[in-house]
Amino acid sequence: MVRVQSQPLDPWAEIAAHERRHQQWVGTFGATAVFIGSLRDFNQGQVVAEMSLEHYPGMTEKHLEKVIREASDRWEILEPLVIHRYGRLVPADPIVLVAVWSAHRDVAFRACRYIIDELKTRAPFWKHEQTATGRRWVIPE
Amino acid sequence: MNTISVRFFAGVRERLGKEQELIDARGIACAADVWRRVSGDAPAAQVLVAVNQEYALMDHPVHPGDEVAFFPPVTGG
Repeated sequence: MVRVQSQPLDPWAEIAAHERRHQQWVGTFGATAVFIGSLRDFNQGQVVAEMSLEHYPGMTEKHLEKVIREASDRWEILEPLVIHRYGRLVPADPIVLVAVWSAHRDVAFRACRYIIDELKTRAPFWKHEQTATGRRWVIPE
Repeated sequence: MNTISVRFFAGVRERLGKEQELIDARGIACAADVWRRVSGDAPAAQVLVAVNQEYALMDHPVHPGDEVAFFPPVTGG
């Protein structure tokens, strides 16, 4: 399941809700790999006061779904959960959640890692930071 | 529909001072033609393009009714 939202993200509540939606999974998985990305208060040598995250509605969801499909084709996993914020964020706010359920840990870790790595380079998001010296667009590493 | 819908994001949106534009499809063959029309500039390496919400190269064909978007390298996660 993919969701892109401007509302604050509570990753642990979302994981619990996803498991409740999939009661039939009970007993079928032995591993849950979770990645949560959150906003640091420093970046590239500067203190970050806040950030605004822009995205391309439609294209973002499409590409997140594509990445999930690729992971599901490659590994035996249950339906992953991916939620990404956009809009205004302050340090410590969760930005992204990737959760993957599988029978075994190796597959869960690999699929989770694949999804977050691919998301970073393919999902159309742009970060605009507010620092002490002004605003700047974040250049990908 | 003889138009092409063009969208701009992030630094490209700020630099061109517009979010979207509808342009006449006549004289447009590829994404680079769209870029030249909307920016008055030659294609730059730091500007990425998507045609109908798929990443594309500047020489990707563009047809009437297509949606073309220009933006800087993406930084999600």
